[in-house]
Amino acid sequence: MPGAIHAEGLVKTFGDVRALDGVDLDVPEGTVLGLLGPNGAGKTTAVRVLTTLIRPDSGRAVVAGIDVLGRPDEVRRSIGLSGQFAAVDEYLTGRENLTMVGQLYQMRAKAAKARAGELLERFHLADAADRPAKTYSGGMRRRLDLAAALVVSPPVMFMDEPTTGLDPRNRQELWEVIKELVAGGTTLLLTTQYLEEADHLAHDICVVDHGRVIARGTSDQLKAQTGGERVEVVVHEPEMIADARDVLARYGLAGIGHGEVSVEDHTRRLTVPVTGGAKLLAEVIRDLDAVGAEIDDIGLRRPTLDDVFLSLTGHVADRGEEEGERAAGGGKGRKKEDVT
Amino acid sequence: MTTVLGTAGRSADPRPRGAVARSVGDSLVIARRNLIRMSRIPEMVIFGLIQPIMFVVLFSYVFGGSMQIGDSTSPNVYREFLMAGIFAQTVTFATAGAGAGIADDMHKGLIDRFRSLPMARGAVLTGRTLADLVQTTLTLVVLAIVALLVGWRIHEGVPKALGAFALLLLLGYAFSWIGALIGLSVRTPEAATSGGLIWLFPVTFISNAFVDSSKLPGWLQPVAEWNPFSATVQACRELFGNPGVSTSDAWPMQHPVWASLLWSVLIVVVFRTLSVRKYRSATA
Repeated sequence: MPGAIHAEGLVKTFGDVRALDGVDLDVPEGTVLGLLGPNGAGKTTAVRVLTTLIRPDSGRAVVAGIDVLGRPDEVRRSIGLSGQFAAVDEYLTGRENLTMVGQLYQMRAKAAKARAGELLERFHLADAADRPAKTYSGGMRRRLDLAAALVVSPPVMFMDEPTTGLDPRNRQELWEVIKELVAGGTTLLLTTQYLEEADHLAHDICVVDHGRVIARGTSDQLKAQTGGERVEVVVHEPEMIADARDVLARYGLAGIGHGEVSVEDHTRRLTVPVTGGAKLLAEVIRDLDAVGAEIDDIGLRRPTLDDVFLSLTGHVADRGEEEGERAAGGGKGRKKEDVT
Repeated sequence: MTTVLGTAGRSADPRPRGAVARSVGDSLVIARRNLIRMSRIPEMVIFGLIQPIMFVVLFSYVFGGSMQIGDSTSPNVYREFLMAGIFAQTVTFATAGAGAGIADDMHKGLIDRFRSLPMARGAVLTGRTLADLVQTTLTLVVLAIVALLVGWRIHEGVPKALGAFALLLLLGYAFSWIGALIGLSVRTPEAATSGGLIWLFPVTFISNAFVDSSKLPGWLQPVAEWNPFSATVQACRELFGNPGVSTSDAWPMQHPVWASLLWSVLIVVVFRTLSVRKYRSATA
């Protein structure tokens, strides 16, 4: 049985650019699919097709059991869309924005007003409800935008990079809302550039690059596919990086992460995919010692989605603003800007 | 908390209604939204008022003494002649407002939001043009008061004068649909503002609005006489009983009320169709 969101062979070209190049998706009811990819991978185009905003050149899609191309108006009754840019009218108050959206979902004015009040309360906007949205902070606007998408409790939700640019507290809050929605039975398609976010929220992940799905599975499956552990070393002095790299390269596992040692110069951190576990770690330590590379830290770790992404695409995920990246990472996701 | 976000699919009391009721209802919701916006950006409304008032004063006192209308070179006659032209020009300038507003909605992602909602397709544009109509009405009222102050009068009774104002509003409404199409076709609100204004200058000046069209070069006369804008100006002069009614044999000058109505309706039909079609595929 096809899922709440189901797409086959979606193709969409803009001029010479194949924004979608044969995308298949299937999201079982009540689950979250994370569409993960760098800027320009085709994530937003996929969301636009599924939310009836643009027609694909070919392919078909069914959302909430309704054919997207054949009966778009009915699809619109069953979906909520929260975009990358908070699409609220900045001259209207929060309450006016939500009431308007409710009415345009064909609710009666009175019901729309009551619903607006509920949502403002829930999203901690009650105090600001009667101020123009222009006066809201970025996080407040994003919450208002999300509330607008939830006016009718749609069975299927689309969120296009919902946390891009949010500070950690707002991001955390949004994650809680998403979990609550999913607990209530909502099916969610979420796009994100943040590997950590997909890891945290999504049941299934589709990695997209250049308009194609290049890998899919659960977070664990993708990590397993990328291979086993990595050895991570932090050397004491920047001068030791080159020597340490030569040592680690000997243990590098060809074919995974291109078997290469990734180096982060400013943190003096080197990483290489390996097999062999703790025993191998001892050998690495001994070899590093032999070349005189003093180490601050060494360890074995499981691959992160960062590694998955790197190994699948051959390049690291493009990042939004630094601030956002740190928030998503929460200390766990490490930046690897200087991959060599 | 869970009660608010609720169970998926607990659709909140949608009202079943026919296509026409939905279209009217949604348009009114959007019109109201645009009127609220206008009330929160009063400077936009005020600038919209200052400009025509400035035109009245400039044309009356700068050109007034050197213009010949019929056999008269009296500035008072020119002032009465001028007002129909200024009224008509003012209503057509609503085009720029509609265009900029819609371009801004596109730019901010609001059009995406609206297009993802189960609302009537034309409502976003109809709502905008209706709100512009309200603003145009307000502008006309203020302008008429200023016109009365500088000596303009109606000579054919109030009902005919109201008829003239109705034609003006219809013209303004028609032109705001041209603005809607411009707003959907350009990339930035700024482009919509200038794109909405530039072509209005030839349209409003190659006409009978500010000069007696019989004084134009011969080849321009038919252009001016068949200009949709001229038909409304001529109709207003007739209905207000103002001087300078063209005696040309051209059909629109002989039957200006009909010509004005037909032109405006034609513009609405053509540009509404084009705009709604464009809206359906519009993306920011």
